[in-house]
Amino acid sequence: MDVREVQRYLIHATEEVCRTALGLPVEVGTVDPQSGPPGADDGVVALLGLVGNWVGVGSLTCEAGVACNLSGRLLLTEFNSVTDEVLDAIGELANMIIGNFKTHFEERVGPLGLSIPTVIYGKNFTARSPHENSWLRVPFSSELGLFDVRVCLEPNARRVRATAHLALVEESQS
Amino acid sequence: MAVNVLIVDDSAAIRKILRRVLVQAEVPVGQVHEAGDGEEALQVLQKEKIDLVLTDINMPKMDGLEFLRRIKQIAGFEHLPVVMITTEGSKAKVLEAVKLGAAGYVRKPFTADQIKEKLAGLY
Repeated sequence: MDVREVQRYLIHATEEVCRTALGLPVEVGTVDPQSGPPGADDGVVALLGLVGNWVGVGSLTCEAGVACNLSGRLLLTEFNSVTDEVLDAIGELANMIIGNFKTHFEERVGPLGLSIPTVIYGKNFTARSPHENSWLRVPFSSELGLFDVRVCLEPNARRVRATAHLALVEESQS
Repeated sequence: MAVNVLIVDDSAAIRKILRRVLVQAEVPVGQVHEAGDGEEALQVLQKEKIDLVLTDINMPKMDGLEFLRRIKQIAGFEHLPVVMITTEGSKAKVLEAVKLGAAGYVRKPFTADQIKEKLAGLY
């Protein structure tokens, strides 16, 4: 699948969520199709798994101050530090963005399952994916600060093998 | 007559937002209860008088579709209106919810007006 198509779905989903949930116009920065996974330097990191005919991970990352700003706008509350409420709000924003992306993406690749979000805020961690693929990173800027949305996706080898096996069985029976 | 509402979502942020929207709704809202997953919600239903359920789908322990399925099997709750409020936008999930007896389906992100309109349509 063309990476530009995935990029388009990701941008559309992020813009829609920011507009509807936050009333926040965003601008797309320079897209990096060869990015690595999120890490501690990214600040607050929300991750969601996707599984189906394709498998992978989607993420939303931003600095602590931006996480407070985004959560504050979502909940109409002021936050001065990263609290449980902020982590929950960032997780929900990630859920909406990656969930929205999933809805568009699965029109091309078939049904996908979406995990519940995991949110990490710490100083010494690295995320590692079993997939060798690069992460597609789309940076966004807004009046509330900068944030990144990323996905790392690949066709599900198990499903491909199962489908090929099924095709062989059907062929041998016909 | 005021409508007692049960909000079911694993995100406290979403529960807070929905509470705020309910206060603004034209439909008179009475007590608002919360649960973080389907299992907890079933317990609330046994204890409280609930007239309307607003539930997410993707939740830990028991998801919203299984919760809906269970509600419809409980005598006395067959006609309890359950509105799904979820990021799940696939046709398959919508159809499954409708088939199980959902009274409505609102996709996240939602606006306050979308929720208010849905409530007005039910009451």
